[in-house]
Formats: sequence, structure tokens, C-alpha cells
Amino acid sequence: MLKSKTFVKKTRSGGVMKIVREHYLRDDIWCGSEVCSECKQESTVLQRDACIESNLCPFPHYLVPDTNVVLHQIDVLEDPVIRNVIILQTVMQEVRHRSAPVYKRLKDLIHDKEKHFYTFTNEHHRETFIEREPGESANDRNDRAIRVAAKWYSQHLKTPEAEAEGLRVVLITNDQGNKAKAEESGLLVYRCEEYIKSLIANPELVDRLALSNNEQNEISSSKVLFPEHLPLSRIQAGIKSGTFLQGTFRASRDNYLEATVFVQGEGEDSTEIILQGLQNLNRAVHQDVVAVQLLPRDQWVAPSSVVLQDDGVPKDDETNEEEDGRRKRICVEEHMKPTGKVVGIIKRNWRPFCGMLNVSQIKESTRHLFTPADRRIPRIRIETRQASTLAGQRIMVAIDGWPKHSRYPNGHFVRSLGSAGDKETETEVLLLEHDVPHQAFSQAVLSFLPKMPWTITPEDMVKREDLRQLTVCSVDPPGCTDIDDALHCRELDNGNFEVGVHIADVSHFIRPGNALDKEAANRGTTVYLCGRRIDMVPELLSSNLCSLRSNVERMAFSCIWEMNHNAEILKTRFTKSVINSKASLTYAEAQMRIDDTSMNDDITKSLRGLNKLAKILKRRRIENGALTLSSLEVRFHIDSETHDPIDLQTKELMETNSMVEEFMLLANISVAQKIYDEFSECALLRKHPAPPPSNYDILIKAAKSKGLEIHTDSAKALADSLDVAKVDGFSYFNTLLRILATRCMMQAVYFCSGMDSDFHHYGLASSIYTHFTSPIRRYSDIIVHRLLAVAIGADSTYPDLMDKHKQSALCNNLNYRHKMAQYAQRASVAFHTQLFFKNRGILNEEGFILFVRKNAIIVLIPKFGLEGTVFFDGKGKTGVNLRFDEEVPSLTVEQHTFHMFDKVNVTISLDDSNIQHQKIRMALLEPVIPGVSVPAPEVEPQPKKPKLDR
Amino acid sequence: MAGLELLSDQGYRLDGRKATELRKVQARMGVFSQADGSAYIEQGNTKALAVVYGPHEVRGSRSRTLHDRAVINCQYSMATFSTAERKRRPHGDRKSAEMSLHLKQTFEAAVMTQLYPRSQIDIYVKILQSDGGNYSVCVNAATLAVIDAGIPMRDYVCACTVGFVDETPLADLCYAEEGGGGSSLALALLPRGGQIALLQMDAMTACKGVSKVLDEVVRQHLQDVSVLTRE
Repeated sequence: MLKSKTFVKKTRSGGVMKIVREHYLRDDIWCGSEVCSECKQESTVLQRDACIESNLCPFPHYLVPDTNVVLHQIDVLEDPVIRNVIILQTVMQEVRHRSAPVYKRLKDLIHDKEKHFYTFTNEHHRETFIEREPGESANDRNDRAIRVAAKWYSQHLKTPEAEAEGLRVVLITNDQGNKAKAEESGLLVYRCEEYIKSLIANPELVDRLALSNNEQNEISSSKVLFPEHLPLSRIQAGIKSGTFLQGTFRASRDNYLEATVFVQGEGEDSTEIILQGLQNLNRAVHQDVVAVQLLPRDQWVAPSSVVLQDDGVPKDDETNEEEDGRRKRICVEEHMKPTGKVVGIIKRNWRPFCGMLNVSQIKESTRHLFTPADRRIPRIRIETRQASTLAGQRIMVAIDGWPKHSRYPNGHFVRSLGSAGDKETETEVLLLEHDVPHQAFSQAVLSFLPKMPWTITPEDMVKREDLRQLTVCSVDPPGCTDIDDALHCRELDNGNFEVGVHIADVSHFIRPGNALDKEAANRGTTVYLCGRRIDMVPELLSSNLCSLRSNVERMAFSCIWEMNHNAEILKTRFTKSVINSKASLTYAEAQMRIDDTSMNDDITKSLRGLNKLAKILKRRRIENGALTLSSLEVRFHIDSETHDPIDLQTKELMETNSMVEEFMLLANISVAQKIYDEFSECALLRKHPAPPPSNYDILIKAAKSKGLEIHTDSAKALADSLDVAKVDGFSYFNTLLRILATRCMMQAVYFCSGMDSDFHHYGLASSIYTHFTSPIRRYSDIIVHRLLAVAIGADSTYPDLMDKHKQSALCNNLNYRHKMAQYAQRASVAFHTQLFFKNRGILNEEGFILFVRKNAIIVLIPKFGLEGTVFFDGKGKTGVNLRFDEEVPSLTVEQHTFHMFDKVNVTISLDDSNIQHQKIRMALLEPVIPGVSVPAPEVEPQPKKPKLDR
Repeated sequence: MAGLELLSDQGYRLDGRKATELRKVQARMGVFSQADGSAYIEQGNTKALAVVYGPHEVRGSRSRTLHDRAVINCQYSMATFSTAERKRRPHGDRKSAEMSLHLKQTFEAAVMTQLYPRSQIDIYVKILQSDGGNYSVCVNAATLAVIDAGIPMRDYVCACTVGFVDETPLADLCYAEEGGGGSSLALALLPRGGQIALLQMDAMTACKGVSKVLDEVVRQHLQDVSVLTRE
């Protein structure tokens, strides 16, 4: 059965090393086809009736794509039409080597039963293995291996049975040389475009083809627009010698001719380099890693504050640039920043982009420009025959390349997301644009789920404490299905309280390193949008097996304290447990039970005990200097049928909210301490850095304008001065101030204890903190669970858990995902707000000035938690006399002076003139300033007057 | 994507073996005539030579003499040319001292030392080429050499290594697989009695439950091998 074959490889690792590996050739690798009677395979993947209707191949056939086809045309392969494909091991290995994302997509395809993709292990097959010949390059060898395998298949399938069906094997390659050689050896071979175009039933597939090189030449004019990129070897030499700098390219949101490159220096010193002008940007796209050369000092410029949008008329470019140049000269020396130009691209970071098609003016044209939703991405030229259907739709486009003589990058259509303005489409777009992984869980991931029906087995009980008899209950917002925490409280015989926080034991189900774990680690967090939830773990876990629902037995990780009546912790212990929650309550229900004196059952008693302790805990925490900040959160009442928002409401807080919160904080702090004591090098903690004093400037100034003083020396001082900051007859003032204070704060972040020395959590005034209480929706908590389980000996460890560098990399991903999830959430709220106002016409509301800017005021509408900008300059409003005083700060418009916190009346309407970027527009109503404010809208919503524009 | 894919989705390892398949084993006994017993074994690309002298009078310090059984003296070494990079290996470095100790423990359990009181048995093993599983190959080579020397043993000692990748045990690891980051467990067994002569695990993880699975795989294969060697 085994044939031994030894081959010699040379690799570089410091020096040249000779590596000898065995390579066994086998005769038990089957072809995977239904037709074949020779192979003794147990299950077949490739169908007998492998029909894709095609002009070129009217008979059933299997496709064998080569590596480049898989790499570049994965979008096409993913189409449901393409089935019965043989992926050779050679191809798999090459793809794995060259592109991790494509490799993952390919693997998903292979796992998909519907697609009938078969992996043929040709490198270990006795008849298809070939050795590299002297003088043959690795690529040539692989091409030959692919041809040999394809040849083997076509001969292997020449059985009488297959002959009857007329089954053939078709090699797909775009390489001319490869194609010629394959034809020579009698194979059926087509270029990818040729084959796809021949598909009868699916003409739209052609659009998904990535443009290959020879087609790009047709498009281009002869004029060379950009300087050549340097080869990688010269870039590397340049970076080593210091003539070039490596950094991440960040395009400017407002000005398409400007970008910055962020160069990570050693330690803390990192610099930003400004790039200006198309030539200097040199085809870099947002997020690419580029090599930059600094320009001589006399060509340095200051960042321009102009807003320039690429309007796609090439002639304008020069004038724009000239104008830009003029501005440059005006700038003061001190604002000059290092300026440079891109000399080469180290790594492209292209992903498929969402956006809309600008249909070309010429009717029959198949080439169109595509405008991405993200302003930092340049427009992309694509080729499509369905422009008329795609107009008005949100589509996805991938970039294929950017030749030096083309003004725009070339790309291809990937898929349509639906018509613009649609709720589903827009949600999809905002998920994609915020890089939120939201695809359905793959089969590989689902295979690690426990089999239903699931019960707790005696084996599970070995390391668990049986807490089923305890009166545990959970308190959550209404409609919550992923309940990850439950509480209990009882009085002990010695008069003390026993308080337990029970957290869903997600780490029991998600074992380290498997596909489920990797997927969860990648997702990092569950994302809550208005009316939709994107789960981090499959629903079976999140809403069933892990969710601590009432009256079912669930596994939990418990943190149990013994406390005296002053809520002082006497004893803390952690244990894995089994609980049986007696009730899942909402905040309102729990509050009702506490307040209703007639109720005296166990649950209510337990809740009262918890509430009493929580109040003491909260008081103590605030005495220690924890901040109570405020931000307006809105909740939409969503119509159950149309899913349109029908009402807006700011979330209200009850006593029970803070009761649950207190115990979660306590559990988090206790766990943080425990895992840090146990693993000082690799504990995953959360910190909230103190903001630099300059962040508070705006808050101090704002308070001063009302004659109040805010101390910001410490969190405690800030909390105290916020508490006393009140203005008579202006009850909302304190909330506004707290909203402002929230804006001064830094982001809280996860970090690995071995990589940092500052653990302080500023907002909570705690010296150490972590996240332990929501493992269903946060991956960080799963890691913390694992650490704690190892610490108490309930579970075993694994290498990555103890590796602080890997932990740190994980933290970076989690921080990124959390940030993105937050942005996506905000974008979703913004979108729903727009929907809400779309149906309302023009509204008239009262608001407060939150900030004063040079040419505008930012107004907060407390009723909707909505923030908007009222501009005093812009189109049709020239000649308004504006005076901005930065010290106060105040803005004088004509005769009226605006201060922060002033009450104003504004009209709110939806501006949908730009369908890709709809926004809420506000206009001033009161105080009345002639020429600036607008008349009150009629009761009947009117069509907007152009005069209202900014 | 860094690292090697140790086990493909189709169930093949780097070198084309399936998870539980061993490498090709070739062995020869009596390769030297001057020694009392000798053997040469190849397991894939790992090649080892074992030589046995004795039982003979205790040499060197007499104080080591045991009155009820024989002293077993093991020496493990690696040839300078046994790895990809040529490396001079002075005797008595930590790694080979440890390996010598392990071999000694293994054979003290297997050889019927009580038959030769006040005497000494020398076992010298040299790795000529190293490609993973050095310990188990040495044990197998030494067993053959002891058999060749005609020294009575309770049972043949057989050894094998097992690694663990994605919940799948891989038998008889090669060098690339050993370095692949997973755990590796070496087990020497007296197959007839099912007794373990030595068990050694190198891993970052304390595997519970896992050892049970590994045990089964190793046992099964050792039994296969022992049946083959008996024939």
C-alpha cells in the first residue's frame, strides 16, 4: 500500500538547509466520481449528471481549474451554477500559500455539499505524482502536475459507463503556455473567460469575472498617468537604508487628493506623512501598506482643510490641483508636516467594496464607474452588461488591479446587495463596511455544536457543583434571548448573605482551537443593530444551551461571595456549577416585585437582598470616585409587520438595572484579581486610561460659561463637581454636562497583563478590571472563563492561552471588532432615525447647543437623542457675518451670539438628494436671525425648498 | 497563513500517510560481529544503530556493582551528520544524558537483570539520521540488539510516538510534525503483558482524557509491530 519516495528540498532559515522529507505515494486515493466503478470509495462527491449548460461543452463535464483561476475567479466559482469541480491538492497548497482569505473561501466551498467540489490528493497519488525536473521552476512543475492530474482523470473516466454519458474533464486555465501544452497532450482546455461566456443560461456570470491582464490593455489610453511602482526588492533595500519609510496608507475622507501615511516608529515615536496630489498618491488605496519617500523640506505642505470630492471629470483635476497649490503657499510654516510620495506598494489590502454604479452616459457602453460608499476608496471602473438593472442598487465590487495608465482602478462586479434605501440592503452595507463578519455559520463551525437533544451527563458533573436547589433568577431587558447572567442571594445561618453571580458556561461548549472557537474569536462580539442581532456563536448556543433560561438545567460558571450586611466581602470563591434558574425577569418585572410589599416568595426576597446590597456597593463605588456618565441611547419601537420604526424613545433606567450592573462589576473585579494573581503574565484585562487634561478643556469652558467650575484632577474630583453642577430652572443642564464629559473620555481597551503596566480603569475607579459576565456575546469573556477555569483547576490549559504575544494579538482583534461593532450600531441607529424622519416630513423640535464650531452649531435634540449640525455658511448663504471666539467658546451670527447649552428651536428633515449618503438636516428656527433662520414649517409637510440648503 | 497543515481535510498528513499509519520500518540484526549483539533499524528517515556488550564484569568503579542483579549501562549519542545542520555533539550534553537515562529505565524494566548479579550490560545506541521519534526508534533498535545478544527479557520492548492535531491522534511523528506545535507522547510498552515501560510527554498542554485516546492508538500499533517482529 505504501511506496516510499524521498525528495530533497532546500529552504532558507538563516542559511541554506537541506531538508529531507519522506513522501509516500499511495494507490488508495479515489477519484470521487459517481461514474467510476474501479475506485473503492465509500462516498462520491462528483455527480454522474454533471451538467452545466455550455456552448463549448454540451456534454456533462468536470472542471479542473488551475491555481490562478481559483485565486482570481473565486467569485465565479462561488456561484451556485458552478458545480462538479475537481480541486487538486497542488492547487489547494498553492492557494493556501498565496492568499489566506481565498483559501478559506475555497475550503468553505469544498465543505458545501451542494457545490460538489472534490479535492483530489494528486501529490500522493501513485500515478499523478511528478518530480521536479532539473531546470524546471516550481511554478512550471505545478502546472505540469495539474496537467498530469487532469490527464489521469480523463483517462480514468474512460470507462464504458462514463463513455455512455459522454463525461469529460475540462481544464480551465488562463495561462497561454499551459493551455498550449495541455492541448498538445490531448486535454480539453479552455480559458476561464471563454468557458464562462459559453454558459447559456447564465450570462450575468460574465460580470463577475475578474479582469485579466490582456483585457486591461484594451481599456487604457497610451498616456501614462502614474510613475511606476518599484519592485519589492528595491523597496526592501530602501527601507533598510532609510531612504523609504513603510506605513499604512490612509486616504482622507474629505479630500481625494490627500492622504496620510502612518509610519510606526520604534516604541512610541510614530510619524504621519502627508501625501498630496494624484501623482504622489500613486495608486495606493486606503489601508494599503506602502513605501514612501520623503520630499525635500522646501516642498513640505500643511494639510489642507478643503473638502474636495472626486467628481469624475478628469479635466478638472489640474485646476483643482493648482488651486490646492495656491493654498499651500498661503499656509504658515509652522503647520508644515513631512510630505512624501508613494514609491511602491508593499501589501495591498483590497477587499470587496460596497457602493453604487454611476451608469455611463454612453448607452451601449459596458464600462462604468463605481462609487464606493466609503469616501476614502477611489472610484472603480467595472465592466458589466447589466448596468440598467444595477443602477439604483447597492452592489459589491472587487478591485483587480490599477495599471499605471489608468485614472481609476479596474474591478469586477461581485454581487448585488439589493436596491438602495431598502432596510435589508442598507443593513447589509453597513455590516460589510464596518467589517462585521455576518455570514451564516459554516458547516465546519456547526459541526462542533453539541448534538440535540442535549442533557447534562454525569461526566459533566464531575468538576461541577450542584447548585440546582438555589433560588437563582435572571434580570434582563425585555425580549432578551441570550441570557448570560443570573443571580441569587440568601441569608446564611450566621446572619451573613451569600450572593452568587452565575454566568453561562460558554467555554464548556467552545473548546479551544476548533473551528467554532476560531470563528467566535474572529467575530469577537455579538453586534446588536436595530431589529437585528449578529451572533458571535451559533443560535443553538446563544439562545438555548448557554442561555440561562428559567426552569431548565444549565451549566454555569459561578462566582459566590459571602458578604455581611455592609456588603463587605468576607469570602470569594469560584466554581463551575449546574443551576436551574427559577425565573427570567425583565427589569420592570423585577422592580415591581421589589416594590410590591405583598409579595414574599423566595425570588422576591432574594431580589430585595440583592437590591439592598447593590445600593451599598454603588454608594461605595461612587465614593471611591467612579464616574456616572451619560449618553443618550434611543430605542426604536419597531412595527411588527413592516419593521419600520414607528416611534423613538430614549432608554430609561431603573433601580434594577443598576442592581444587576453592580453585581456584574463586582464579579468582573473579583475575577480580574483572581486571574491576575494566578497568571500575572497572560491575564486578559480591561483598562480605561485617564484622559489627557487637554481633553477636558471644552468641558471646563462650557461649565465656566454658566459660572460653574469643574475639577478634573482626578476621577473623584470630576464626579463630585459634576454632582454639584446644577443651574436653577435648567434641569437638563446636568445631563448635558455629563454627555459632554463622556465625550472627553478615552476608549476602554482589552490588553494582556504581560504586555502593559497600567491597569487602571478610570471610569470605574478600579485598579483592575476585566470582562467575565457576558461570554455569549463577547469573546474576551470566554478567554477570561478559560483562564479562571485553569486557575481553579476545573479545566486544562492550552499553549495559546499562556502565550502573551498571541493574547495581545487577540486583544487587538477584539478591540477592533468592538470599535467596529459600536460604529455599526451607531450607523444602524442613524439609518433608522433617517427612516423615521423620512415618514415624518419636516419636524419642529427644541434642542440644546452641544458644541459651537467655526461655522456651525451642533444641536442635540433630547427627545430623539439626535445630534445634528446647523451650518451658517455654505451654498446660498454667503455674506453671513460670522465671528467665532475660541476662548468662550461662542459664535456670533449677525447680531445673535450662540453659547453652549443655549436653547434653540430647529426644523428637522431628511436630505435624500444624495441617495448613497442620506442625512438628517437641521435648520435654525428660533432665535430668529434674518437671512439665517427659516420660517416655521406649515402643519402640512411641504416639499423642501432649495433655500433650506445649509 | 503560517505553519504547515499537518492534517489535510482529506485525512492525509504532510508525507501522504493517514493519521494512524506508521512509517516504513526496516531492520537488520547482527550487523557487527565483534559486539555481543547489534541491530540497525530504519523508521522512515530516522536511522539508528544499537550495540550490546555483556553481560560482563562490572568495569570502572566496583562500587556500582549490585548484588542481586545486573547493572544496565546505556549511552545514547547522535552522529554529527544526523541532522540537517552538522553539529558537533560532545558527550554528556543534557539532552543525550536524559535520553540515556530514559533508555536505562526502559531496559531495567524489560531485561531480566536478576539472572546476572554483579555484572553489567552495556547498551550503546547511535542515531545516524534523525527525522523525529528518536527515542522510540532507539528503544526498538536496542530491543533488537538485546535479542541478538541473547539476553533474556520479560518481553520485547516496543516504542512509538503519537502526536495530537485537531483532536486526531497521529501515529509515528516525523520531524516536521514534532515541530508543528502540537503535543508529542512517546510510549514504550511490553506488549504481551500490556505493561508500560516508559511514558513521556512533551507538550505545553496538560491533556486529560487525551492520554486515554493516545494510549489506545499506541497500544494497537505496538501490538501490530510486535506481531510482525515475532514472525
